[in-house]
Amino acid sequence: MNQPLLLTATQKAGPAVTATVGGLVLLVLLALPLLSLLPADSPFQVSAYTLTLTGKILCYAIVALALDLVWGYAGLLSLGHGLFFALGGYAMGMYLMRQASGDELPAFMTFLSWTELPWYWTGTEHFWWAMCLVVLAPGLLALVFGFFAFRSRIKGVYFSIMTQALTFAGMLLFFRNETGFGGNNGFTNFRSILGFGITEPGTRAALFFATVMLLVASLFLGWRLARSKFGRVLTALRDAENRLMFCGYDPRGFKLFVWVLSAVLCGLAGALYVPQVGIINPGEMSPTNSIEAAVWVALGGRGTLIGPLLGAGVVNGMKSWFTVAFPEYWLFFLGALFIVVTLYLPKGVIGLLKKRGEQ
Amino acid sequence: MRITATAEFMLEPAFDPNKDAGSSRDAIGLGQAAGTGLNTRHGTILTLEDISVSFDGFKALNNLNLYIGVGELRCIIGPNGAGKTTMMDVITGKTRPSEGQAWFGETLDLQQMSEVQIAQSGIGRKFQKPTVFEALSVFENLELAQKTDKSVWASLRARLTGEQRDRIAEVLETIRLSTSARRPAGLLSHGQKQFLEIGMLLVQDPQLLLLDEPVAGMTDAETEFTAELFKSLAGKHSLMVVEHDMGFVGSIADHVTVLHQGSVLAQGSLAQVQADERVIEVYLGR
Repeated sequence: MNQPLLLTATQKAGPAVTATVGGLVLLVLLALPLLSLLPADSPFQVSAYTLTLTGKILCYAIVALALDLVWGYAGLLSLGHGLFFALGGYAMGMYLMRQASGDELPAFMTFLSWTELPWYWTGTEHFWWAMCLVVLAPGLLALVFGFFAFRSRIKGVYFSIMTQALTFAGMLLFFRNETGFGGNNGFTNFRSILGFGITEPGTRAALFFATVMLLVASLFLGWRLARSKFGRVLTALRDAENRLMFCGYDPRGFKLFVWVLSAVLCGLAGALYVPQVGIINPGEMSPTNSIEAAVWVALGGRGTLIGPLLGAGVVNGMKSWFTVAFPEYWLFFLGALFIVVTLYLPKGVIGLLKKRGEQ
Repeated sequence: MRITATAEFMLEPAFDPNKDAGSSRDAIGLGQAAGTGLNTRHGTILTLEDISVSFDGFKALNNLNLYIGVGELRCIIGPNGAGKTTMMDVITGKTRPSEGQAWFGETLDLQQMSEVQIAQSGIGRKFQKPTVFEALSVFENLELAQKTDKSVWASLRARLTGEQRDRIAEVLETIRLSTSARRPAGLLSHGQKQFLEIGMLLVQDPQLLLLDEPVAGMTDAETEFTAELFKSLAGKHSLMVVEHDMGFVGSIADHVTVLHQGSVLAQGSLAQVQADERVIEVYLGR
């Protein structure tokens, strides 16, 4: 039975169990950055690799949550959320590149023998402006795209294809050196953020902490939205858009709001991803990345808030193990996973857990 | 001035510019003004004039003229393909006519309004196939349909007031779904879904209700109950019911319009239209 408005797991497994598990996970996540600051010979020390990997997965989890808001609740399957993620990442990357190059031009521009910064780089040496761009770039693109798409009542598979085309177009644009974002190499060799060395344990711990906070905030926001009348309107929109219109709701505004919100969340996740991973290139905009995000949500269980987080964690955890153990089989495994989920787990892992709980 | 509500009066509203807005409701014995913003001073809530709709050369509606009076319960019958559903599509803005005029009250030009604006201005529609929000509970279905500010911002902050809760409880009682309030609407039986959709129209509090085959799939008892319900609604609301079930039509309607090939073939009481030679010909194909 589909009750997407409630945290289905919470309801079935009992609030106590979920709160305990959730609290434990949160505690571990908050402890990780502190443990990483321990001296290297301590048995509890968490390596920089583990911390960065976990931080990266948490960023992906935010993307999964954002995608779930539009797919699981409003029924808009986006296959282009990687674009918003990458745009947020690039906005942060611009600031980091300016930090690294000081008063000079960023290195890749010098190679192109450019003598001055393109106009859109203006102000990116300021952290606050970079933060504005992190929100504005994906937000405005989503607003313009969404406005025209929803006005023309594009939905279903056509909407998915258009989002896919959008991210592909973005990738091709950013691959060009003339675009002014480092071409296919993208941005890398960052040195510092807000004056702190980017590879220092303290900076890494702080970035990780910020990621956990953003995840918690997104989860809270998603929970509030899902519990509000707005969330119920979205579900109604997904199931019977015509009925909703004859009830007097204008679906366009509702779609646009959740669509832009989702894009902005992705942008913020991208902005935290880049300093932790240390690189951003147009590969992040490749269609496969966006499709993978849809797999996380489907695996975890769409229309639930915890499910996508679980999905992102499980798939990426497996990915990092697989790509080390059997690198050539990962994509086959991912494809098989998607087929199995579609055929046997239409409600994802959360649906499975719920079923167990009922028996 | 009091005028007795007769079929003739409904069909041909007398022109009287001295009347105030809403006084026509008093004229037909309703004693209350129509909802805010709707001017029905001539006693007509819906005016369709010379409406034509063609799909790739096929004329689904052909110079259709139809007037619905305030508080009237009108039944529309006609063979398949007569244009009944297309007419509802035109009224609700889903289909735009190629010719003609459609007015809601005296002042609202339906052709200039979007589907959402039409719904907000007070026209409610029930679909042929019962359409409810299956993933939501019965209560939530009614909550969404309820007449209130339906903008994005209002929905983000919306809290149900006690008055709104009472109204929903009242409608739940009316449609006999009080015990299923917490059940997901997807689990209801076909007949219950029909009632839920009617209930959603009631909380929306429209001035004109368009009902497309409301008793399809209902048991005899449910049909009888629906007939009672509609009769109690007429007067407070104007109703336009498209139905094939002649027994049902006979039990509710004092006034019937027969559509054929996109235009009005006959109007009058059910007995009158059933005695009409042309109607018999159309139905029996002689």
